[in-house]
Amino acid sequence: MPRSVRSSDSTSVGTDGQAALSVRGLEIGLPAGMERANAVTGISFDLLKGKILCIIGESGSGKSVTANAIMGLLPKAISVRAGEIRLGDAEIVGMPDEALRSLRGRAVSMIFQDPLSALNPLMTVGAQVDEVMAAHDVGTRATRRSRSLELLTEVGLPEPAQMLHRYPFQLSGGQRQRVMIAMALALEPTVLLADEPTTALDVTTQAQILKLIREIQRRKGMSIVFVTHDFGVVAEIADHVVVMEKGHIVEQGTAEQVLKSPQAPYTRRLIAAVPHLTATDRVPIEVARREPVLVCEGLMKTYGGGRSLLDKVLPGKVLPGMFLGQKKSVRAVDDVSFSLGAGRTLGIVGESGSGKSTVGRLLTRLLDSDGGRILFEGRDVATLSEAEFRPLRPKIQMIFQDPFASLNPRSTIGTSLTVGPVAHGTPYAKAAEEARALLAHVGLDAGAFDRYPHEFSGGQRQRIGIARALMFKPKVLVADEAVSALDVSIQAQILALLDRIQRETGVSMIFITHDLRVASQICDEIAVMQKGRIVELGPPSQIFLDPQSAYTRELVAAIPGE
Amino acid sequence: MTALAAPMTPTRWWQGRAVRRFMSHRLALVGAIMIALLALACIVGPSLLAYDMLQIDLRARFAPPLTGAHILGTDPLGRDVAARLLMAGRISLMVGVLAMVLSTIAGTLVGVVAGYRGGWVGAVLMRTVDGFLAFPPIFLVLALAALLKPTPAMIVVIIALTKWMEVARIVEAEVRSLKEREFVHASRMLGLSSAHIMFREILPNAMGPIIVAASLTVARAILLEAYISFLGYGIQPPLPSWGNMLNGAQQYLASAPWLAIIPGAAITIAVTSFNFIGDGLRDALDVRGELK
Repeated sequence: MPRSVRSSDSTSVGTDGQAALSVRGLEIGLPAGMERANAVTGISFDLLKGKILCIIGESGSGKSVTANAIMGLLPKAISVRAGEIRLGDAEIVGMPDEALRSLRGRAVSMIFQDPLSALNPLMTVGAQVDEVMAAHDVGTRATRRSRSLELLTEVGLPEPAQMLHRYPFQLSGGQRQRVMIAMALALEPTVLLADEPTTALDVTTQAQILKLIREIQRRKGMSIVFVTHDFGVVAEIADHVVVMEKGHIVEQGTAEQVLKSPQAPYTRRLIAAVPHLTATDRVPIEVARREPVLVCEGLMKTYGGGRSLLDKVLPGKVLPGMFLGQKKSVRAVDDVSFSLGAGRTLGIVGESGSGKSTVGRLLTRLLDSDGGRILFEGRDVATLSEAEFRPLRPKIQMIFQDPFASLNPRSTIGTSLTVGPVAHGTPYAKAAEEARALLAHVGLDAGAFDRYPHEFSGGQRQRIGIARALMFKPKVLVADEAVSALDVSIQAQILALLDRIQRETGVSMIFITHDLRVASQICDEIAVMQKGRIVELGPPSQIFLDPQSAYTRELVAAIPGE
Repeated sequence: MTALAAPMTPTRWWQGRAVRRFMSHRLALVGAIMIALLALACIVGPSLLAYDMLQIDLRARFAPPLTGAHILGTDPLGRDVAARLLMAGRISLMVGVLAMVLSTIAGTLVGVVAGYRGGWVGAVLMRTVDGFLAFPPIFLVLALAALLKPTPAMIVVIIALTKWMEVARIVEAEVRSLKEREFVHASRMLGLSSAHIMFREILPNAMGPIIVAASLTVARAILLEAYISFLGYGIQPPLPSWGNMLNGAQQYLASAPWLAIIPGAAITIAVTSFNFIGDGLRDALDVRGELK
């Protein structure tokens, strides 16, 4: 194991005595039949007192398993095979469950990626913060209550006194993560583990939470292990960095060292793949026609709303929001207009709930719009019936966010690719031949045709999704967060593939994303959406260097690591 | 048996795992073996026995099991219990399986259409399901059986009529959640017809719960057949079924208890075995999304 030897001695940080947490030669086994024998092998690192250590790696690198091992929260099938994890004076490996439980929360606590599933939906915020202390027999009811209030104030929640009585579903994603942080801080742990705590959050919220974690860490002198996949986040927050690849530590050192002069080839590749903001406009693709392929005019979509049964029977007699009364409505897309030229890419960026995905679904007619026009090659397709629109569907294709979910798990790749063309009258043999050619074109081998989606990695699946969308030689491709679920290195490859395809076929693209860095790389024009409206539309040079709207400025400022 | 072949038929990506998990479920394996043996005995057994199910041996009336030429004894008319039991098994298992097939097909059709279409189509279909569920099944079955001529085929239809709703509800719920999955949106994007999406894209993904419900339906159908035959409204003598063998045994409960015990045991074994198989399949196919 030359790799583990190199990683454990040469660049190990810290000296004894200062470490709040030290991991030595940790080896965690996976059950038989998994892709590798060990989740992590021979990893050693120190978390210094009062510092933030970032563990970074792509999916499957073993970073979350490491964090769970420190908490003693490994699933039964996975066990520590060798090595030690020392937390202060205590040895975590082999510690009885009872002792571990008293340590958790008190000496070390954890915040998770998804605060909604980590919080109990049926308990108020106050009760959940209280429970952490009550479980460790800390304080009385009254002192715990005042401490809860203090904690909620500390994590910057508005109106903490009212917040105690609210339920998780009444809070925004950022507020929920603040509640999680308050719970993790309740017993003043010396070590805090944060497992991708900002990954599920919008960029502006992410920036706030990162700032909060940094502030609290400084104020309390806490030590934090921060697990992430995002080098932008590392640049914002880390003192020390551990880079993991396939269960090994390939490099570790101070943030400065690792980010500025990475030694390991893997780290260098990873850093090179991180999408950076490019404010230079893309060189336009030469196409024969210049008139727009797709034009949207005043597109509208309202969710919910409508009158309920009771309201129809007794019009005006029922209060809105009352049981069976008028339903609350949300205007998801509000007067959206743009035009897309042949061979051009329009980026639609925005935070969750901005309506960007709804626009994508409206354009592909997976949803019906409530108003406005969608002119495809000069013809309004918004009002066509499903049967009238079906012959046009091949011209407007979509690439979905989740390559796991968008392929039918029970169909072979060949079936998934050919079923559309066959339904539109292409003979199977011809469709199959084209599918094989396209698979090769998107960088997969011919054997992929007869295999099932689960046999492929995320990046490969997204290539299949792209191939499926290209089967029809579409005029417009709508890519809805097409690279968001992928690791950065894969992300860069897929973006390059999309760029190549566009240059070869002259297809126009709508590229929907929450990531401004990605949008800056592939788009000719960018539309910034907020609460259903386009607040700004312009080339990347304008959006990033000279943003006109306040919201765009806020978004650009929140991009981590820039 | 259908229930046994079921985990092998669908596509191969979970085949290995599901079969392994089914095999490691001890009770399910026992159930599967019991049903296999029972089915085998009912199919080949009658031709191996020396007696026909209707052959009357007046000298050997009320012969207890394991005492003479009749392995499982004889009934009040001197007919061989073993021969009758195995022939009855053919009828009872057949009724159970066919009722399951019929109710599963009907329930699946209704569930897929109601779940995918939603709206008023879904509402009408599912309220019909609720309507059927509102009838007490036993009375419905008895009333229908009393009105109609109770041939085995009719019994199958009657039982299926009271059992399809559960499958419909399971499938409807499953389809309603599956149709929000991205691969279904992707199918719509490709311009596939609704029928294609419902039956070729969504249905194969809902097979897990359907298979589990089907195996449990067999058990309930066998039980229901035994119930109505016991009450005299089901399979009519001289054709034997486990239920009407029990009916005939009532008045000799004290003098010839084996007449009740033997068909009773057969019913118990068949029903529990199918239930075990159902539980095993539920775990193997991970229908509730729980990992053990």
